[in-house]
Formats: sequence, C-alpha cells, structure tokens
Amino acid sequence: MATLTEQNTFELFPHVADIGIRGQGQTMEKAFEMAAMALTSVVTDPQNVSPTIHVRIHLEEKDPELLFLDWINSVIYEMDIKRMLFSVYEVSIKSGVLEAQIKGETVDLHKHDPAVDIKGATLTELKVIDLNGQWLAQCVVDV
Amino acid sequence: MELNLFQKINETTWQISAHGNMRVPAIIYASEEIIQNMDNKVYEQLCNVAGLPGIVDKAYAMPDAHWGYGFPIGGVAAFDPEHGGVVSAGGVGFDISCGVRLLHTGMKIDELRSQLPAIADLLYNAVPSGVGSKSRIKLTDKEMKDMLQGGARWALHQGFGESEDLEFIEEHGHMTGARPEYISARAKERQRPEMGTLGSGNHYLELQEVKTIDDPIAAEALGLSLGDAVISIHCGSRGLGHQIGTDYLRDMLVESKKHGINLPDRELACAPIHSEIGEHYLGAMRGGINCALANRQIITHFTREAFQKMFPNSNLRLVYDVSHNTCKSEWHEVDGERKNLFVHRKGATRAWGPDHAELPKKYSTIGQPIFIGGSMGIGSYVLVGTKKAESLSFSSACHGAGRSMSRTEATKIWRGSELIESLKEQGIFIRSGTYRGVAEEAPEAYKNLFSVVDSAAAAELAIKVAHLAPHACIKG
Repeated sequence: MATLTEQNTFELFPHVADIGIRGQGQTMEKAFEMAAMALTSVVTDPQNVSPTIHVRIHLEEKDPELLFLDWINSVIYEMDIKRMLFSVYEVSIKSGVLEAQIKGETVDLHKHDPAVDIKGATLTELKVIDLNGQWLAQCVVDV
Repeated sequence: MELNLFQKINETTWQISAHGNMRVPAIIYASEEIIQNMDNKVYEQLCNVAGLPGIVDKAYAMPDAHWGYGFPIGGVAAFDPEHGGVVSAGGVGFDISCGVRLLHTGMKIDELRSQLPAIADLLYNAVPSGVGSKSRIKLTDKEMKDMLQGGARWALHQGFGESEDLEFIEEHGHMTGARPEYISARAKERQRPEMGTLGSGNHYLELQEVKTIDDPIAAEALGLSLGDAVISIHCGSRGLGHQIGTDYLRDMLVESKKHGINLPDRELACAPIHSEIGEHYLGAMRGGINCALANRQIITHFTREAFQKMFPNSNLRLVYDVSHNTCKSEWHEVDGERKNLFVHRKGATRAWGPDHAELPKKYSTIGQPIFIGGSMGIGSYVLVGTKKAESLSFSSACHGAGRSMSRTEATKIWRGSELIESLKEQGIFIRSGTYRGVAEEAPEAYKNLFSVVDSAAAAELAIKVAHLAPHACIKG
C-alpha cells in the first residue's frame, strides 16, 4: 500500500502549461503507487480523501513505461467516470500484469477544493527507472 | 532562446534553416522580446516536427508558442497524404477542438454594471463547471452517435440554439467524416454526463466589455461597438476528446514503428494519413470536433436561458465560434500548386483572409474572426484573418496568451480567496468552485496578451479588431 516513508515519496514537478507527477519507491510497484498519489495531489491533498470506495484495475503490458502510462491513464479514467478522488493505491506487478486496488471517495467541492480536471498522461518526461534499488516513475499530465 | 539560432527575416519572422533530420525549414512568428523569453523546447520541438514524413513548406510556431507534447503548443504543420504525410494525435492534443465562441448580449455593459454580481451567480449556476460537475443532459447510445456525427447541428435539432447560429460556426457547426465507431467505449462513457459542461483549468465563461476598438470597419461587421457587453466561452470536447487523445497517442506510438517512422521524440507518435490507424484517428478526431461544437452550442443555450431569466427580452447573438486544437483537410497553394493538405493546428486557430469561401457572408470582406484568450484579469482579444496568412502560415494565427508560470509555482505565490477579492475591487467578479484552481489561473501566471496579439498583427497573420475586458468570470 502507498505509505509515505523516506524511501517511498511523491512530488509534483513543474511544466509551464501542465504538471509533472513523480513517484519514488523501493520497488516498481511502490513507485507506481507513489506516482498515483502525486496524481491525486494535482487535484487535491490526498490526506483529505477518505478511502471508502474500492475500485480494481487490471492491466497487461510488458514495456514498463507503457505500463506506467496505462496505469496513470486508468486512474484518470476512474477519477473521471466515477467523479472520484483516490488516496490509497495497492499495486502488484508480475510479468507485465498489473493488478491494483485503489480506494477513495466521491468528489466533494467543500472538502477537497479540487483544483483541476486531469485530461490524460502524456509521454513527456515519461520514465520508469531503477536507480540502484530505488525506483522512479514519472510523466507530465495534461490538465 | 538565443537569437543567433535563427535567421531574422524581419522584426517578427525568425527562420530556422533545415538541418539534421529536418525535411523543411521552420519559422517562429514573434517579436524579439517574445523569442528571447520563449522556452528552448519550442525550438527543439519545432525542428522535430519539421522532420516528420510528408511535411510541406515549413513548420510554423505562433507568437504564443510554448512547450507542448511532441508538437509545440502554438504549432502549425501541414502534411501531404500523397507524399507519405502523417497525422499525429499529439499534433492535435488531448482537448480536441478546444475553442472560443463569442456571444453578443445586445446590451451595453453600463446597463448591466449594477447587476454584475447577480449575473455572475446566474451564469455560474446555469453552466456546470469544475471537477466532478455533471450535466443535466445524459446521452443514450443513439444520441451519442448522432451527436458525434452531427456536432452543433445535432444540438440545434435537440432544441439547443437557433438556426442562425450554424452560419457562424466553423464547418457550419458540423464536421463531416466523423466515425463514431472508431471512438472507444471509454471515451463515450467519459462524455456521457458531460454535454454542456465547461470543464476546468484554463476554460472559462466570461462576461466582457468591448473596451477598445482597433479596426472600426471589422468591428462594425462583427457588430461590436465600444461598451458592448459580450460573452466569451472557452472549452472543448471534454472527456471524449481527452480519451480519444489518450487512446490514439498510445496506439500511434506502437504503429509508428510498424510504418518505419523514425521518431526523434516518441511524443511525435504519428501514422501515415493513408493507413488504417491514420484513417481511424481522423474519423475519431472529427467526432471529437463535433463533440466540442455541440458542447459549446449547449453551453450557449444554457447561457441564453439564464440571461432570459434576468432580461426576458435578451437575444444573445452568436458572433463566431473558432477552434484551436484540430487537424483539418484543406486546400492550399504550395510552390504554385493547389494541394489537399492535412493541417495540424495545436494551440493555433484558422485565420482565413477576406473572400474565403468558408466564411459567413456577413464577414466575407473582413476575414475570419479569431478570439485570443488572455487571463481572467485582462480578458481577450478579437482579430480577423488576413489573405497574407495563406502564404505565411497556412492561414493560421495564435490562440492565447499562454502561461508564463507553472501551476505549482502559481499556488506558492497566490491564494485563490485573495485573488477573488482583489479582482472584485477591479470590478471583475469571479465565480468558481475551487480556490486552488483560481490561484493556479492567477492573471500574472499568464504572458502579456497584448504582446502576443501585437506580434501576430505585426507579422500580418491577423488584424487587431477589439480588446474585450472582463467583468464576470466563471472558472471551473
């Protein structure tokens, strides 16, 4: 599960027109989870999102960067279609098969003060890298 | 950017000679000051676009160009399908056919001044906006298909609008060649509850005043006089366009390799126009254009309904509707030969000059109206296209001021609540569901609208007509 630690972190990085999301973790799964937390933070503070509703995501793609692109786009799709925000991400990846459970709640204007809709993940700054045992997953999202 | 990267043609025309993998030269239209402040990524991306198969003449960037996805935003490039020309999902963008439409209220701002806060509330409540907003319209499968094929014409048949509107929309409100079957189920699901919604980010609905007039003849043809109250609507194809962009960007990434296209940057993912995926994307993207045209038509209807509640005799006339994220099949003259080209405009508008066959009769002597969005503090600008733009930029011009600062940086400097108060003191009433979103859209996070417009005019891409100053702004 995505828990912030010294090793598992997320951040936004600047892009003039849009926003970059970056997750780092001890495994590729953790980096994917953290990047999704960064995605939520584009819209609102993830700490304000209660993990009450569960959604499952299943993806298959052997290329780690394309798998990451598909992962972020799947979360964006679920956010949009269900009018939800998510704060808990649990990802497992085995041989190019990603299984995830994500948890969140319906958007509440007063509670979440949601900044902006996310249109999609771009290939800009798309990276999934193992930096000597510390994984990084990132891309720019169009808002 | 360093000026020595360019050959200076004149004060606002900067050429990059074809080098490396570039098949054609590239040109940026902008003042020296704008060029110096422009992101180096624009140079890099424009050179990359100039290396794509089948590109014709030159790759162009407008004065508002900035770092985009593969193509720079503010980029224009035309491709010849008979010479291996390609179509690129990134060259259109995620918000297919995002654009601006201008309505005239038939009233002066002085007649409305005392009621501005109430009008802001009225418009905010009439048009769903912001994250999580839903429309009161929910399309069935049949309605979705008809909307994707019919655009604003479909919306009109559903009772949203007046028949006179269609003449004042590009393509007469209906993009031919849409193929709903090439649009994914996910894209349709995202759109189902979003017809007639504004969205968020830089999208807006704004009550404005005609503040200054530069070209009285063009202004008269457009029916704009000093002090007139007008409404600008900026939005696009919502979730449907976003998902079409997502789906085809990925598919083209895989397909470009199969077609032997060597990409210097994978964001340029593209496919030959005459290929299965190229034709599927064009069919889907045209459905996206129709979705955006229908969306702005429905928002227009909601706006008219709202205005009539407060002003029963009001009649909001559509001045024009212009898109700025498209790829369109057009005829252009290149080296003395008329060619059918696929012109990508990513953050750039069409800018037909006078007498063009596709103009409404009423505007045939002045050229195509162009609306340039600025910020909620400065408003927007009206221009018209020139005949010269045909040879300068495949009849294209800029689309907005563009950001000068990232969203993350903006939220560190400004607070939404304070901005709303500060703008209120200037007579601009902001209505939004999000303080953070307002902070991200702070006026000072945008470039100077007037510099961008002046550059477009000096380059003769377009002629300045009028500045529209904001009084009430609905932000998503």
